[in-house]
Amino acid sequence: MQHHAAGALRDSAVVQGGLLTMGTLSERILGAPAGEYVNREVDVAFAHDGTGVLVRETLREMGVERLPHPERVRLIFDHIVPANTGTTATLQKELREFACACGIPLSDVGGGICHQVMSEGVVLPGQIVVGADSHTCTLGAFGAFATGVGATDMAAIWASGATWFRVPPTIGLHLDGRFTGAAEAKDLALACVGALGMEGATYRALEFVGDGAADISMAGRLTLCNMAVEAGAKTGIFYADAVTLRYLAGFGLSVGVQAPEECCYEREIAFDLADIVPLVAAPHRVDNVRPVTDVAGTPLDQVFVGTCTNGRYEDLERFARIVRGGTVAVRTLVVPASRRVLQRAIETGVLAEIVAAGCIVAPPGCGPCLGAHMGVIGEGEVCLSTANRNFRNRMGVGGEVYLASVATAAASALAGEIAVPEEI
Amino acid sequence: MYGEGPAVCLGSDIDTDLIIAGRYLRTKDRRIWSEHVFEDLDPTLAERIRGAVIVAGRNMGCGSSREQAVIALREAGVVGVVAPSFARIFFRNAINVGLPVIEADIPCVEGAFVRFDLDEGWVEVNGQRRPAAPLSRRMVEILRAGGLVPYWRSRR
Repeated sequence: MQHHAAGALRDSAVVQGGLLTMGTLSERILGAPAGEYVNREVDVAFAHDGTGVLVRETLREMGVERLPHPERVRLIFDHIVPANTGTTATLQKELREFACACGIPLSDVGGGICHQVMSEGVVLPGQIVVGADSHTCTLGAFGAFATGVGATDMAAIWASGATWFRVPPTIGLHLDGRFTGAAEAKDLALACVGALGMEGATYRALEFVGDGAADISMAGRLTLCNMAVEAGAKTGIFYADAVTLRYLAGFGLSVGVQAPEECCYEREIAFDLADIVPLVAAPHRVDNVRPVTDVAGTPLDQVFVGTCTNGRYEDLERFARIVRGGTVAVRTLVVPASRRVLQRAIETGVLAEIVAAGCIVAPPGCGPCLGAHMGVIGEGEVCLSTANRNFRNRMGVGGEVYLASVATAAASALAGEIAVPEEI
Repeated sequence: MYGEGPAVCLGSDIDTDLIIAGRYLRTKDRRIWSEHVFEDLDPTLAERIRGAVIVAGRNMGCGSSREQAVIALREAGVVGVVAPSFARIFFRNAINVGLPVIEADIPCVEGAFVRFDLDEGWVEVNGQRRPAAPLSRRMVEILRAGGLVPYWRSRR
């Protein structure tokens, strides 16, 4: 509950300080208008097994042995889990010992992907959240200001409790209507990156507003905010509303809602969700976005369902609903985003259906998304993935990656080639 | 903060996976990163960037937050990186490890002589001078100290 208190305190501090009650959500949380540099205490600061090693080394170089606020810090092992080599195992062992010595709460191997673990009752509306991972923007789904930093920045944050930000200008994304057919939040995320381009939102925040936004589930919001960085954005952000409250109440947390105030967007883009169709990002750019119909029939060597973009329970449940009773025609890897997701999928029978359809289930973590572990693809192989990046060689040297929704992944897994999902 | 060297030209949207691939992250050995820098883009780059100024296209360093990317460039002997725009985490990381980054729109000619001065805010290619976006005073101080770690130690 300490994080609840921290969030509430920040909100009242902003109001009582008279710093800023109007503006975009990012401006209000950071307490200054766009363009200003501010120094702020952070509420949550996390790293994973990949970046954590460098954070620890940097702290050592800085001569820092004690952290002033270990309770605000988290270490989450998710990138190469369980360890694949002796070198990785030793690095993780050292990091484990470091966490213990500093009193840092650790989510060890099998706990899940950092952004998912942080979304399970840790991050709250109004907080300032930094993660040593570029997809930290995922957590803006809660109405927090969440952004990625590098390892040296994180070391300084762990050592001091604070960091500097340049308050970003905001691009307003107005969502109207509801998804139809097989379209889902991932297709909208791809549409956004396609519309903005890979650097269309660099240094900016993406704020999702409108009646359509209110209808999107927490899982969908996390997917949308997750991909904000693929357009270069500093963060993606939703206002905390009834959906947020209900979700956090499931973790025994009670928070207040955030209402949009008069503010100034640098630019506005409108999407009617009813117009969104199943999309892919074709190799090797995330903004190379096309309708699935354009690439249908492309032979596949692997389908991958998981990651901080689309490894949540709702994703697994949607995938199972489509493959239920069938058999996948291509190597299909399913990686739950966290232990909680895995447990729920076991309890509801979703996991049994996925296994019965011939899929391989791997332990919670990032899986083969970054091409380092378990499910890496070979030279000339083609993978359809629910992840967020399809850069050249990302999932394996000489491989090709198509990014798509869960429904497209399920339809394609059954067909053995890229297939257009039917209405579900 | 002055630097100079021959230009090595790169395209737009160079992601950090291309700078240092995910398969080389599991180590603390910085030499490994500089040895394999740009391996998937052009294996000859690791040698060519020593003592050089990289002049890249837009959105330099997009993608993963991995700081190994800027460390690899620094350890490989890169003098500075010029680009019309940078991905924000890469930009911050570069300053934090003491690698000069210069935001400027300037045409690249392979091997051309590049000079830059971050205090005065300019960059030159073959004597053609262009303005560079100013850095905050704190960023310049961090760069001058050689990165955030020496900057931190000097202020304790």
